[in-house]
Amino acid sequence: MDGGQDRGPPLLEVADLTVRFVGHEARVQALAGVSFSLRAGEVLCLLGESGSGKSVTLRALMQLLPPGRTEVAGQVRLAGQDVLALRGRALQAFRGGSVAMVFQEPMSALDPVYTIGQHLIEAIRQHRGGSRAAARARAIGLLELVKIPAAARRIDAYPHELSGGLRQRAMIALALSCTPRLLLADEPTTALDATVQIQVLILLRRLQQEFGMGTLFVTHDLAVAAEIADRVAVMYAGRIVEEGPVAAVLRAPAHPYTAALLASTVHDQAPDQDIPTIPGSPPDLGALPPGCSFAPRCALVRDACRIGPPPATHPAPGRMVRCLRSADVLATPLASLATGDYR
Amino acid sequence: MSATPMSTALADPRDRGGPAQPMLIARGLRRYFRLKGRGQAVRAVDDVSFTVFKGETLGVVGESGCGKSTLARLLLHLLVPQAGEMVFDGDLVGAARGIGIAALRQQVQMVFQDSAASLNPRMPVRDSIAFGPLAAGQSRAAARQTAEALLQQVGLRPDLFGPRYPHELSGGQKQRVNIARALALGPRMVILDEAVSALDKSVEAQVLNLLRDLKRRLNLTYLFISHDLNVVRYISERVLVMYLGQVVELGPATAVFAAPRHPYTRALLASRLSMDADRRTLEPPLQGDPPSPIDAPSGCRFRTRCPCAEAVCASRAPPLGHWEDRASHIAACHMATQGSGHTLAGAG
Repeated sequence: MDGGQDRGPPLLEVADLTVRFVGHEARVQALAGVSFSLRAGEVLCLLGESGSGKSVTLRALMQLLPPGRTEVAGQVRLAGQDVLALRGRALQAFRGGSVAMVFQEPMSALDPVYTIGQHLIEAIRQHRGGSRAAARARAIGLLELVKIPAAARRIDAYPHELSGGLRQRAMIALALSCTPRLLLADEPTTALDATVQIQVLILLRRLQQEFGMGTLFVTHDLAVAAEIADRVAVMYAGRIVEEGPVAAVLRAPAHPYTAALLASTVHDQAPDQDIPTIPGSPPDLGALPPGCSFAPRCALVRDACRIGPPPATHPAPGRMVRCLRSADVLATPLASLATGDYR
Repeated sequence: MSATPMSTALADPRDRGGPAQPMLIARGLRRYFRLKGRGQAVRAVDDVSFTVFKGETLGVVGESGCGKSTLARLLLHLLVPQAGEMVFDGDLVGAARGIGIAALRQQVQMVFQDSAASLNPRMPVRDSIAFGPLAAGQSRAAARQTAEALLQQVGLRPDLFGPRYPHELSGGQKQRVNIARALALGPRMVILDEAVSALDKSVEAQVLNLLRDLKRRLNLTYLFISHDLNVVRYISERVLVMYLGQVVELGPATAVFAAPRHPYTRALLASRLSMDADRRTLEPPLQGDPPSPIDAPSGCRFRTRCPCAEAVCASRAPPLGHWEDRASHIAACHMATQGSGHTLAGAG
């Protein structure tokens, strides 16, 4: 799918994933044909702003979207298994067993009336069986693995008794408790303080390598992606508009949206200059334009962009972009992209 | 457009002391929160002193629980300080001969982080903005006119957005409405408490540009509270760093970011992400979370996480030192004070 990378079969293959939310008066196209693949031991960052579809993608993979009000189409295969067809016990074993998820807000993801230990022990026994004592010993081991100090004591703490950083570590321990093959992380460090965020990112990076998990990491923050991703997939209005190795994409973006996002991120800009911004706002997902979704805001737009969704092209090995003018974006140095001066 | 409350360009009649007189001086502000039945207290803001000069943006940085937001509330008397005093443009706040709280709040306004929670969901945003002027005695028609002029100023078309309810606006648009409302009484100073933190990056950039533009046009002074160091560096002339309820460093933004003097500031700066996948951070600059402000460490509060802590750090709290002018760069660290007893004192 993405330009001839064939180092073994992928762990996760997503093809043409489409999600529609069906309401009383409107149908909202949250995902419009998302395709990507992920190998074991690889970190793919889904990068995008609110409403781009990054969290919906994760929830669709876990089958967490409300069934009556969503239409999910497309294919999701994890190690050959058809994920969207899973039901009942098989789905239960899949969630938490093969795939685990770390959420942004550990306080609302953990149950406030159970201790950290009870969370862990329940998950371990559910998926692996064994005695309570053995599960507890494994739970303490997991808390030590995520570097929670005094793990043997903290295991009996309730979520509210831990600081934000420790709670997020406990969530990670819970996610790892059944050695999943795929880790889904939804903005796991966004709510953390700067000095804690970097600790958790480094921890996740280390554990992901140790366990050899494939990781799908959702973030809105380019800097977080630069810190943890192998590859990034930039999402806009329910589509992946650009994908490639993180360093290459951040150094030389091929899609005007990626370039604009990079330019508008506050990072060492001169204090006496305005920050370049993207004019307008994201499209209404209930009424997407027929052509490229970014066309109404794009500085490089041409008539052809408004006719149909641009096809995927591969400007370099391992890179994909959906833009008719990607060659012009790639040919423009970042400095002049930042001033909006393309031509 | 007719006279709006923002025609406060250069010679503001309310500017009493001239440009040299600080806009706001805070001295020894303190606020503890007692915990029920435990005889303990959260020392949220503990002996905090600083100065905001006219026309500047003073950035306040620090992690959760360091007291940034409590400090903002103390400045507006949304929480009453338990000790300390404030001087607003030469007038002692709350004193018989000084400036009253109501008058202070006309001149100092605030924008909060949660743009949705700060707006009345049952009120069209135009009415939310007009609420302050109406309460301050403007006629209904004048208040409406003020609101529409303000919507224009923050980049929202009054005819299109004025009649809308908050749920019909995006996060960035809601925050623009909050900014318009904060400006409705023509304040001279605005406190921005994590005002851009909940926004998407591209929207954050738009709102930052708007804030800078308004500051220039309306001759405003900002106190800009944020946990995002990149944003603070971009928008602030001076920076104040807080840790567990106290000021640990204060100075011009360029100096603080180029040569931080407090080990906490240094760690905070080193924790910033690089945006460069080829230069990833390998070791976290600090271990652990900030300790609880309930039982803060003795002496220097940072010593439990400080790589350079010595015996003197546990026994005595390092003084912040005295500022002289806008260029002063001071830090509450024994290493920054000659003769403090720390072996690295004066070394850097």
